Amino acid sequence: MNSENARTLRKLAVVAVAMFGFGFALVPFYKKICEVTGLNDLQKPDTVVNTQVDASRTVVLELDANTRNELPWEFRPTERSVKVHPGQLVQITYEVRNDSDEAVTGQAIPSYGPRLAEQYFRKLDCFCFAKQELKPREVRRMPVTFVVHPDLPADVATVTLSYTFFRVEGPTKPAAARSNLGGRPAS
Amino acid sequence: MEAVHDHGHDHAHHPTGLMRWVTTTNHKDIGTMYLWFSFAMLLTGGLLAMGIRLELLQPGMQYWKPEFFNQLTTMHGLIMVFGAIMPAFVGFANWQVPMMIGAPDMAFARMNNFSFWLLPPAALLLVVSFFVPGGATGAGWTLYAPLSVQQGMGMDMAIFAVHIMGASSIMGSINIITTILNMRAPGMTLMKMPLFVWTWLITAYLLIAVMPVLAGAVTMLLTDRHFDTHFFNAAGGGDPVLYQHVFWFFGHPEVYIMILPAFGIVSQVIPAFARKPLFGYSSMVYATASIAILSFIVWAHHMFTVGMPAAGQLFFMYATMLIAVPTGVKVFNWIATMWKGSMTFETPMLFSVGFLFVFTMGGFTGLILAITPVDIQLQDTYYVVAHFHYVLVAGSLFAIFAGIYFWLPKWTGHMYDETLGKVHFWLSIIFFNLTFFVMHFLGLAGMPRRIPDYAQQFADFNLIASLGAFGFGLTQLLFLYVVVKCIKGGEKAPAKPWEGADSLEWTLPSPAPYHSFETPPIVK
Repeated sequence: MNSENARTLRKLAVVAVAMFGFGFALVPFYKKICEVTGLNDLQKPDTVVNTQVDASRTVVLELDANTRNELPWEFRPTERSVKVHPGQLVQITYEVRNDSDEAVTGQAIPSYGPRLAEQYFRKLDCFCFAKQELKPREVRRMPVTFVVHPDLPADVATVTLSYTFFRVEGPTKPAAARSNLGGRPAS
Repeated sequence: MEAVHDHGHDHAHHPTGLMRWVTTTNHKDIGTMYLWFSFAMLLTGGLLAMGIRLELLQPGMQYWKPEFFNQLTTMHGLIMVFGAIMPAFVGFANWQVPMMIGAPDMAFARMNNFSFWLLPPAALLLVVSFFVPGGATGAGWTLYAPLSVQQGMGMDMAIFAVHIMGASSIMGSINIITTILNMRAPGMTLMKMPLFVWTWLITAYLLIAVMPVLAGAVTMLLTDRHFDTHFFNAAGGGDPVLYQHVFWFFGHPEVYIMILPAFGIVSQVIPAFARKPLFGYSSMVYATASIAILSFIVWAHHMFTVGMPAAGQLFFMYATMLIAVPTGVKVFNWIATMWKGSMTFETPMLFSVGFLFVFTMGGFTGLILAITPVDIQLQDTYYVVAHFHYVLVAGSLFAIFAGIYFWLPKWTGHMYDETLGKVHFWLSIIFFNLTFFVMHFLGLAGMPRRIPDYAQQFADFNLIASLGAFGFGLTQLLFLYVVVKCIKGGEKAPAKPWEGADSLEWTLPSPAPYHSFETPPIVK
């Protein structure tokens, strides 16, 4: 191996290692892009500019609640559904109860049906913006304050707002939680 | 150059038998091993494809459980991409690059041996993963999160296999670049290199740039699976879409990694059989480099439906279409090379001309898929399957066949059976089109990919595609026969069996001696 070749080898190896690092650098870069462009920001309050209430129109909002990752919580909305006018400031409440004897932290992720409703849903306050830590047997009522934007397409009469609470950390091994998430059983 | 020193001593005592292959540092031996490994993987991946087409022969569920069908499609993709196509091109590089630039061997001969011997364990991991609890991974060859975060240990084996094959590719690429940059014969300037060498130089740079990114992506999967990180887990603040970005930042250059050496082979074969120098040599070099550079800014066209802003979709759409320009330059140059040439159609030329026809069709369907609103309709349908098999089978694989037939006389010292070679070509191209042409219609009609069952109206086309696939698979056994026959014997090949061929390897006798160009040739 002559020294010329060894020099080329070193340069190329540095490139390879740098590109491995670049792969990981994409993670904060991606987060930053999403932040700057406002994409994918489930955990930030929206600002509402137009609060003109369209009383001529009523949208049925169905509320749904789920838990995942073997979260020992009882989680439900206080009302199954509410009727809202586009532009109207609405507050709904969810209730969560920790059934276990230990403190557990969870994070709620919202989803919408139909999916396009998401962009017309302006949340000013939501328990999903932050992690929720519940002490043993604690019961908590949590509000969501939102405005459905009047631009919501006219053919959308019913919107389902669904929250899923995920366990963030805790004693349960994630491997055990995974099998619950759809990993095929060892047969 | 130090190309001449230090080689005399190992003539006398290199090991024989199996140990010759395990310990060899000879670029020709290693090239041969790469090519045989690749062929074994082609048959393995092909067998899985037969399993897929068997299930799709008729509507309804006949043979496999859906999860096993997913494993078949996933492993077919992984094995063909990382096991068959990429090692085949590295095999060509090992055999041809030193001979074409007048170097005695690869720059790092021991590392070369190591790069090859990493591959069989990786392949073993993939194949054995079918038999572990839960089976092989069924997450698709792209291993998209969150599904890939959830599966059984077959997924971990696939991740390790990708790590190992990535390391092998990176070492191989470093070797190839160093060889090309530092070990060219005196007088061989960069712009005098045969185009195959150029395409491999650029491909090797692509590999070094993106294989580590893939290694990063699958490492993140691994830590998400076992070490409580949350790169791709929404509940932990991660994002599954991030995986797609990281993966396709690797994945799109990867598709050019699999086609640029094919362009190189075709650029050697067509001038040889048209008996004219390659038309527009320097534009070919620049076009190859442009394709490589552009390949870094188009990755998100694989993910138009993830919900990106319209500005992003437009950018990636136009950038993708831009790649058609250098690719078009190449196709025009090949046609111009043939223009008014005195052409003959031996098997390598047949495969190259076949490549030109069928690859161009795949290129055009690629342009159609680049159009965002069309892609949103066609995403994950059989139209996409048809598109990438047109560029990967009729593109890369046909070019590999062309290269094998082109250089077999040089490698073995015997001419292959021309009649059987032609039969291999015609059966391949007919069965190929039978299999994949109808998939365009299936995709346009809305048949989704990676699903083991389909609606009744797709039955006829699927029957045709399956029969074509079985034919295509069997035809490759004929290829095996032709190659073995050529190795065992046949008409003695002259040093330059192809009248119009003009690169340095043809100045060597056939078969090429075990050690060649120990005294570098002078290139004028």
